[in-house]
Amino acid sequence: MSQEATATVPDLDFDTPSARRKRKVRALKDRIASLGIGIGGISVIIAILLIFFYLLYEVLPLFQSAEVEPWQQNGAVVEPYALPGGGQTLYLAMEEQAEIGLRLTDTPALVFFDTRSGDIVSEQPVALAEGVSIRSVVDISPARRLFALGLSDGTALVLRHDYKSSYPDGKRVITPEIAYPLGEAPIAVGERPLDLLAVNGDGDDWRLVGGSDGVLTRTDVSLTENFLTGEVQADVDSQLLPSQDVKPNKLLLMPDRRWLLVAAPGGKLVVKDLQSSDAVPQVLPATTGEIRQFELLLGGTSLMLADDKGLVSQWFLVRNDQGGWDMTRIRDFDNGGKPLSGFVTEHRRKGFATVDSDGTLRLFSTTAERNVLNEEVVDGDIDGIAYAPRSNALLFEKDGKLQFWAVHNEHPEISWSALWSQVWYEGYEEPSYVWQSSAANNDFEPKYSLMPLAFGTLKAAFYAMLLATPLAICGAIYTAYFMAPGLRRKVKPMIELMEALPTVILGFLAGLWLAPFMELNLAAVFITLLVVPLSVIAFAFVWAQMPNRIRFLLPEGWDVTLLVPVVILATMFSFAIAGPIENALFSGDMRFWVSQELGISYDQRNALVVGIAMGFAVIPTIFSITEDAIFAVPKNLSYGSLALGATPWQTLVRVVLPTASPGIFSAVMIGMGRAVGETMIVLMATGNTPIMDINIFEGMRTLAANIAVEMPESEVGSTHFRILFLAAFVLFMFTFIVNTLAESIRQHLRQKYGSL
Amino acid sequence: MRISFSEWTRSGSPWVWLNAGAVAISVIMVIGLLGLIAVRGLGHFWPADVLQATYSHAGQESVLVGELVESEMVPAAQLRDSGIEVPEGVDHMQRDLFKVGNRDVTGADFVWAIDDHVTARSYPETLFVAEREEWGNLYGYLRSIKQNGELVGQYDGYDAGPEAAALWDELQRRIERARDLHAQIESIQKGEIGAINYEIERLRLKERSLELKNVSDPAPYADIEARRAELNTEYEALQGELLELNQAMNRDSFTAEVANGSTVEVQLSKVVRAFQPNAMGLFDKIGHYMAKIWEFVADDPREANTEGGIFPAIYGTVLMVILMSVMVTPFGVVAAVYLREYAKQGFLTRVIRIAVNNLAGVPSIVYGVFGLGFFVYFLGGHIDDLFFPEAKPSPTFGTGGLMWASLTLALLTVPVVIVATEEGLSRIPRAVREGSLALGATKAETLWKVVLPMASPAIMTGVILAIARAAGEVAPLMLVGVVKLAPSLPLDMNYPYLHLDQKFMHLGFHIYDVGFQSPNVEAARPLVYATALLLVVVIALLNFSAIAIRNHLREKYKALEM
Repeated sequence: MSQEATATVPDLDFDTPSARRKRKVRALKDRIASLGIGIGGISVIIAILLIFFYLLYEVLPLFQSAEVEPWQQNGAVVEPYALPGGGQTLYLAMEEQAEIGLRLTDTPALVFFDTRSGDIVSEQPVALAEGVSIRSVVDISPARRLFALGLSDGTALVLRHDYKSSYPDGKRVITPEIAYPLGEAPIAVGERPLDLLAVNGDGDDWRLVGGSDGVLTRTDVSLTENFLTGEVQADVDSQLLPSQDVKPNKLLLMPDRRWLLVAAPGGKLVVKDLQSSDAVPQVLPATTGEIRQFELLLGGTSLMLADDKGLVSQWFLVRNDQGGWDMTRIRDFDNGGKPLSGFVTEHRRKGFATVDSDGTLRLFSTTAERNVLNEEVVDGDIDGIAYAPRSNALLFEKDGKLQFWAVHNEHPEISWSALWSQVWYEGYEEPSYVWQSSAANNDFEPKYSLMPLAFGTLKAAFYAMLLATPLAICGAIYTAYFMAPGLRRKVKPMIELMEALPTVILGFLAGLWLAPFMELNLAAVFITLLVVPLSVIAFAFVWAQMPNRIRFLLPEGWDVTLLVPVVILATMFSFAIAGPIENALFSGDMRFWVSQELGISYDQRNALVVGIAMGFAVIPTIFSITEDAIFAVPKNLSYGSLALGATPWQTLVRVVLPTASPGIFSAVMIGMGRAVGETMIVLMATGNTPIMDINIFEGMRTLAANIAVEMPESEVGSTHFRILFLAAFVLFMFTFIVNTLAESIRQHLRQKYGSL
Repeated sequence: MRISFSEWTRSGSPWVWLNAGAVAISVIMVIGLLGLIAVRGLGHFWPADVLQATYSHAGQESVLVGELVESEMVPAAQLRDSGIEVPEGVDHMQRDLFKVGNRDVTGADFVWAIDDHVTARSYPETLFVAEREEWGNLYGYLRSIKQNGELVGQYDGYDAGPEAAALWDELQRRIERARDLHAQIESIQKGEIGAINYEIERLRLKERSLELKNVSDPAPYADIEARRAELNTEYEALQGELLELNQAMNRDSFTAEVANGSTVEVQLSKVVRAFQPNAMGLFDKIGHYMAKIWEFVADDPREANTEGGIFPAIYGTVLMVILMSVMVTPFGVVAAVYLREYAKQGFLTRVIRIAVNNLAGVPSIVYGVFGLGFFVYFLGGHIDDLFFPEAKPSPTFGTGGLMWASLTLALLTVPVVIVATEEGLSRIPRAVREGSLALGATKAETLWKVVLPMASPAIMTGVILAIARAAGEVAPLMLVGVVKLAPSLPLDMNYPYLHLDQKFMHLGFHIYDVGFQSPNVEAARPLVYATALLLVVVIALLNFSAIAIRNHLREKYKALEM
């Protein structure tokens, strides 16, 4: 047979053209394969890196400074243009799109003009009676486009500039209009010319305060609409205010129409309560110099004032211990010590812009205490300034010309201090850490402190680790070192199976089963924590007293099977004695006792529930890695120790654990990383209230849960959206660093003991 | 063997025992948890006996009809606080939760009652339960059946007898008829009308895209118009058919006497099934149980997801996981092969390996945020601009959907596949590779014919683990495309059959949504347990198969490991 085989072997020629061709094809295939795998492999790795860079890319704009530049229209810079309508400017404003500007001239006339070219869109005179002139112009609310004129005959006119958009031929055309919310006829405020005027109100109720030379009159206007004719009628009620010791320079009325703010000579700020006639006005030394700028911030809660040295300060009313209100200086904004020639607040945010005597424009955000821009835009003083409602453009008046500038200031509300320090928010009694990203009203101050969320994250992780670390490490020690190999092969996969358990199931059980169960059996749960270890020890001691004959019935390393019924019985026993103990110590119900006697508030879904549920999720992670670390300790080390006469426990504590300790440490770190990033359990098992309280019976909101709750509702590209990305980035970096540390420790350990 | 306590402590045994206790506790926790889910999840479908009793509360007596759901011991102090009289010397009282149904009559599905106050308990055989399309269950006595408002049968007693049985059989027959009609209506609505609506929408988009391209030729517009008119006629015809079926289905109604003595009339078309649990024998109950389980896995949800089945959620989960594994397997394997076989081993590969390893530990919500920002808004937005301008302003791929969800999860699980595959590759002895190369095979041939087949069980393990992780992950999906109720399945008979842009339902999210966002959490809870059980079983099976494959692999290559 073998002869036959040798006989049939043909002459092998590897150099035929077809074989050469085939080799070429094979070589080509090989090259293509290496190229493909190289590209594929690198692209997967790049995709993974992309996560990091994309998160960073979304977060970075938060910390960028603002920018201003002369407005570009069709590729050309908009050059300064002459004042449309001529004369002196009394008031300057812009509409929503910053396409049309409004100028009130001293003629008097209202001139609407194209902000890009200065071309007049429409012009209408302000109809005043013979011999009456404008004595004062006040900005009531830039956000509502309201302003008022104080006239020389003691009357006031309230105006609103409205804009209508229409789309003839698919192009937007904006038509400006003037509306008179209080009627076209001026409202009589007092006898004297209105050199000073303050107006506030909305809907049908308005209050005007005005006068001159220290004599002020308060006038309340209430509007009623005639049902038949639709005509609006104004009922006016005037009252002279008690005379002032100080001669006011400027007046402001807060939106609640209760507080009148007066800027007086000598840098004094007077706060008058209009509700009670006999209340003594608060007189505060606001500055050592003179008050130059005096305005309300968006929402009308905060007062911004600037002195002749350009120091801007923010003030608002803070409730004091007696239940009254104190006007309090909250924070200062440094302007480089030069007097201001322009000051304007933003329409939609708590921010403002200043221009000093050198022509340097500065943009500020009050909440974040952040100066986002310092840039010289003109040379010297300016004569007027207006902010576009979307804060995307500024209009300066300088030497009879208007300049139109574009502003890029997307996220001024964010600064390191706004995110991580205590901030004194409007209406709060003291600086605090608050997360409140949205509210029903538009003039709300967003509170973006990440502290409560970071605190909640760490709190949840802490309680979870408190439960998981001892259980997992002790369990792993026993499984790796004492347990019989046959049993170990069954127990280990079972505990590791827990790791695959979807956390949504743990969260659901924690929220809907464990939380109510715990509320009902709070005492029993705590008693169980105490009784179970004690009964394990007690049983072990009893077992040790047993005669060898019985003890040796159970093979070594199987003793844990005895403990299963012990633990179950101990738990049942704890629940049985919980009732009597509660009656004896906690007057029947521990949950009641906690909230009534101790005064600790108790949420049903609290940190304890989260701790147990999340502990459950973390146990398998820590268990598995610790077990591997202990099991990997070379056996000859422990044999040596045992041979020298050490007990198994001594060997474990003195030899095995120190060797395995870096592995155990890395297990705890990885477990910690998992607890920090866990979303579903905290989302479902806590009330998700962002509070900062270490109380175990109260809930929390974590960074991860916050993202899950708020991300679907946040507007793309907004500050809120980017802060949620920042939260994700923080989580990413935290877990990445923790895991890298743990992983490198483990690698190090592996190298160290690999040789043993 | 006598041993003194101090000696015993010195030996360290207490600590060993405490460690053993930790293992015991962990094991009990795992088994207890799985047991809890299993008992609650499976128990729900068993037809519980319906109790009739007298309940005295606040000096008044009322009739209580319902199923006992659970009992708990409540401290006396708490009860006294809520104004319930508790006799002196009693520490705790048992409080029972009854499912009394009849939400349309009483306003609440569930009632808490103090156990001691529930007297005169009986389980009448004629008491019946009707599961309805709306308002939850009805509990009561069948009184009459009407056809087009005319009485067909009637019975006024409370006892079982031939008369009652006849009426009951009549009811069952008519329910069956109504269900048949209901199924026909469903199939027309979902199938034919759904297809027509889909095509009309496609025609609209086609027309819009012609407009956007400034096509002035009237011919294509006329074609679209003609097709639309055709579809509209078809639609009208189907509508007529539907109307007839609806009328036929709404023909019958029945009246029942409920616990408070009033009589309610219910359209038979609204009844899913009716049964008399107290009269059912063991086999009837088993049959009922099986039918309920089948309904659970094969039907659509009803009543804001609190009743009915979870089929769309199972379907969505499976489809998403399949798409994910199709994406994750090649990329994961290629990356692992590159790292292990092609890249130069050095500092850089070690760093990459650590980074890949750690990505498995990055919180899943971070992947969700990335998926939402990068895939949905960035990629999706650009795809919409380029390929679907006609659908704007409503987004096609610029919103969460099946494709982005699977891609996000693929990214989340790719480290799992890479790690598992690398482990498999590293187990293959060098000698095998070198043997192949020595025989003249190129590197690619060695890889394809020798290395990868040997590593395939490891790859399988990695993919199965990835699937198990993906199936249970919810947090990222909440951001990239899961919804509580999807109107249609993402894979259907309408071109292009697989709708990657569609939102879908998911088992894990279903648990979260029904358990926490549902208007009637109490009623939905058993269903959530059942859903959780299903999810646990699926994931446990996947994990066990991964473990089995891994063990098999180790056995197979044991001989090579010298």
